[in-house]
Amino acid sequence: MKAVRFFPSSLVGLILLFLAFPIVVVFAVSFSSANYLTFPPPALSLKWYRVYFSAENWLAPTWLSIWVAACTVVLSTFLGTLAALGIARLPRPLKILVSGLVLSPLIVPVIVVSIGVYYAFSKYGLVGKPIALVLAHTSLAVPFVVTSVTATLAGLDPRLEQAALSLGATPRGTFFQVTLPLIRPGVLVGALFAFITSFDELIVALFLSGQGAVTLPRRMWEDLRYAIDPTIAAVSTLTIVFTAVLLGIAHVLRKRAEQNRTMAS
Amino acid sequence: MRDTITPGISAGRGAAVALAGLEKSYERVGAVNGVSLDIRSGEFLTLLGPSGSGKTTTLMMIAGFETPTKGDIAIDGTSVVAMPPHKRNIGMVFQNYALFPHLTVAENIGFPLKQRGVPKVERTKLVGEALELVHLPGYGGRYPRQLSGGQQQRVALARAIVFQPRLLLMDEPLGALDKQLRENLQLEMRRLHADLGITFIYVTHDQEEALTMSDRIAVMNEGLVAQVGSPEDLYDRPTSRFVAGFIGESNFLPATVRAMENDVVVAECQGATIRALCPSGQASGDKVTLTTRPERLRFADTLNGSAETYNRIAVTVTEAVFAGERCRYMLQAADGTVIVLKEPSSAAIRRRAVGERAEIAWSVADTILV
Amino acid sequence: MSELAQSPGRLAPALSMDSRRIVPILLVAPLVIYMVVLYALPVASMLLRSVDEPTWSLDHYRDLMSDTVFFNTLVNTLYTAVIVTFGSLVLGYPVALALVRTKKMAPVILVIVLLPFWTSVLVRSYAWMVLLGRHGLINEALLSSGLIERPLRLLNTPLAVYIGMIHILLPYMILPVANALRQIDPSLARAASGLGSPPWKTFLQVTLPLSVPGVAAGALLVFVLSLGFYITPAMLGGPRDITLSMLIANQVDQLNWAYAACLSAVLLATALIIIVACRRLPGIGNAFKMSAR
Repeated sequence: MKAVRFFPSSLVGLILLFLAFPIVVVFAVSFSSANYLTFPPPALSLKWYRVYFSAENWLAPTWLSIWVAACTVVLSTFLGTLAALGIARLPRPLKILVSGLVLSPLIVPVIVVSIGVYYAFSKYGLVGKPIALVLAHTSLAVPFVVTSVTATLAGLDPRLEQAALSLGATPRGTFFQVTLPLIRPGVLVGALFAFITSFDELIVALFLSGQGAVTLPRRMWEDLRYAIDPTIAAVSTLTIVFTAVLLGIAHVLRKRAEQNRTMAS
Repeated sequence: MRDTITPGISAGRGAAVALAGLEKSYERVGAVNGVSLDIRSGEFLTLLGPSGSGKTTTLMMIAGFETPTKGDIAIDGTSVVAMPPHKRNIGMVFQNYALFPHLTVAENIGFPLKQRGVPKVERTKLVGEALELVHLPGYGGRYPRQLSGGQQQRVALARAIVFQPRLLLMDEPLGALDKQLRENLQLEMRRLHADLGITFIYVTHDQEEALTMSDRIAVMNEGLVAQVGSPEDLYDRPTSRFVAGFIGESNFLPATVRAMENDVVVAECQGATIRALCPSGQASGDKVTLTTRPERLRFADTLNGSAETYNRIAVTVTEAVFAGERCRYMLQAADGTVIVLKEPSSAAIRRRAVGERAEIAWSVADTILV
Repeated sequence: MSELAQSPGRLAPALSMDSRRIVPILLVAPLVIYMVVLYALPVASMLLRSVDEPTWSLDHYRDLMSDTVFFNTLVNTLYTAVIVTFGSLVLGYPVALALVRTKKMAPVILVIVLLPFWTSVLVRSYAWMVLLGRHGLINEALLSSGLIERPLRLLNTPLAVYIGMIHILLPYMILPVANALRQIDPSLARAASGLGSPPWKTFLQVTLPLSVPGVAAGALLVFVLSLGFYITPAMLGGPRDITLSMLIANQVDQLNWAYAACLSAVLLATALIIIVACRRLPGIGNAFKMSAR
């Protein structure tokens, strides 16, 4: 059936180009041999990558970001998965209330959250400590975990748990043998998004990282404000590739979850 | 109170289930309004009724997934109302099979054994036997999504009986299958029931299915049991208009009581004297309804029997439909009541024409007062 | 039959009923406590600084009314949000339509939309710095083609901010609109065609009106997110292009907590008011799930 198309595909193509092009540009600049920001690059070179991989003041923030993101994932996945399981069984008024609280970081402007957390944490001397970042990022990452696990739970047949119980599995046994394996893809996808969220997070980090907990985005930000050199392009390219890989994994996991749901007729 | 059900009280391999005054309501809406039933050890009992009759809710209460608001459930003499479902040791088969998608067929069937701590070697043996029993040998390594609907249902059955429960509950297990497959599986289930000797409680809305498979049927309507009995009992001697109408097809004839002779009521109907069986021995009031089955009616000129055992009334043919096995006639009686008559089709039997007047006759034994 | 069966009025024991109620509460408790203590209370106590310093009063809010910096910033923020929302709509709608209508290219389009979506705002804003800078692609292209003689000042302008923000928020418009379009019964458009309606008319009279819920959801999402933007305006805007978020950050740097708290309250209130006002729009729920990707 011929699609009733209204907008010419050239227009759509241009808009998509608009979306994709800046990323391409970043890729290109990262391989530039020039010492300043210029496009198109005069020649190709890997020097900015070399600068990145050899500079302690780039690598340290990178490791810190990975470390903070990993801790955030553990904490947010644990809290978020439990909460999603609970929210599904709550009576409606409580469900709305708790969902509202848990999902609010998606709506509340990040700056407000950032300075609120900064205000409170600075009273306890937590500024400049990585733990502060983990604690703050967890609140920001939890909505992704809860959303993902909730979506997976919704697709789960409630009769499966009943079947397990009728076959003699205790409620605890049912959870570990039936429920958990079946929501595992949703939990993992949520964990991935939690990781990306924490790894890329800048605004909270601007306030909380102080001197002792400089994350990669914070480092990039400072570099941009004070010295624009294409190292940032190299770092950016690497993070884009890293994100793309994580997204790919998330996609595969989602497909696997679909498989478990569809039964042959 | 004991913690789990232990067999031994009833003779035989099947559990005896006693439902007493079961009620279940959701926010003042009654789903089950007082069900009392004694299910015998080893019998195949079907809960039959239209949707909303409370049959599934009753089953869920026996299984333990719903808690009765009133009443008691006893299995082999032990009350189980306070017992959580995972301790009741009952097998259950669901309408959409509820096979664990992340486990193989063998792991699915072995699941209840694993919960009971059966060692792996023994498990494998029992799973193999169960697969043989449902005619799926060698399917152990497959995943549920790789099986057809009928195969999945058989795996669900195997899983529900592998741990030798004394009671098996089934919630419209054949609903999602096509007719041919359904009929095959119905026969398999009867056979399985005969082999295992355990108690089956089966829920369905399909009266043909119930009549085919059951030892006894409990017809339910609006949260109550309308009648319990063997398929013949329900078919030949319905005790209420609902049961007469729900099981098979029925004609309803309004009549006025003239006399009672033991358990036969003599009534006037359509200007003729009609006799009907009245099992309760008394007819309340003057105006009653008599019921009879369409296939038990005959055109009078094809009969040669004595007047006392047959009821006769005059009718006019309004419709005649040839439907392969049978001819189906719509007839109109003197007061306008519509009567359906089904007779086997045969080249030797003359087909009646529309508008023709005839006399129909049928046995008194086939007429019931409801 | 056991003697217990003879007491028909006996209810099921309380234990199994309660455990069904307690378990969910136990499951959500850890997260709820966590977020209240480490997220909600900190934000609330910070916002309280707007009314309790030095004493309980609404003075700071009153001062805000006559503060031109605040006023200009608020206007700029709202104005930017409107332009960005409008721009995202104009650019996003055709893409959403294409996403839904083409079978073959749909996965490709989806990747092109989603990959930037997941790339950090910092990186994307940086990309625009590269493109719009004095030696950036646009200027170099224009210079070498002879259209201009000196590089244009594209960066550090409001235009750069609009472009950057539209670029980042476009997927937030495309996805809800695509969702709404996907739910339109295709036989409706075919029926219209069959009745003689030309494609443009079918679009205007059938497709467009039916997609309004998705458009509204997308517009709402983009608008509310625009209000809170910090990184992009900071990187791409000029010294006079300040958004509310930037002002807040600036005030916190100067330790003007009361003032910052006031501004935060205004920003939060604005976002909440808009969301609550549009709560009834169908598709809003989905839009917010969208923002959790």
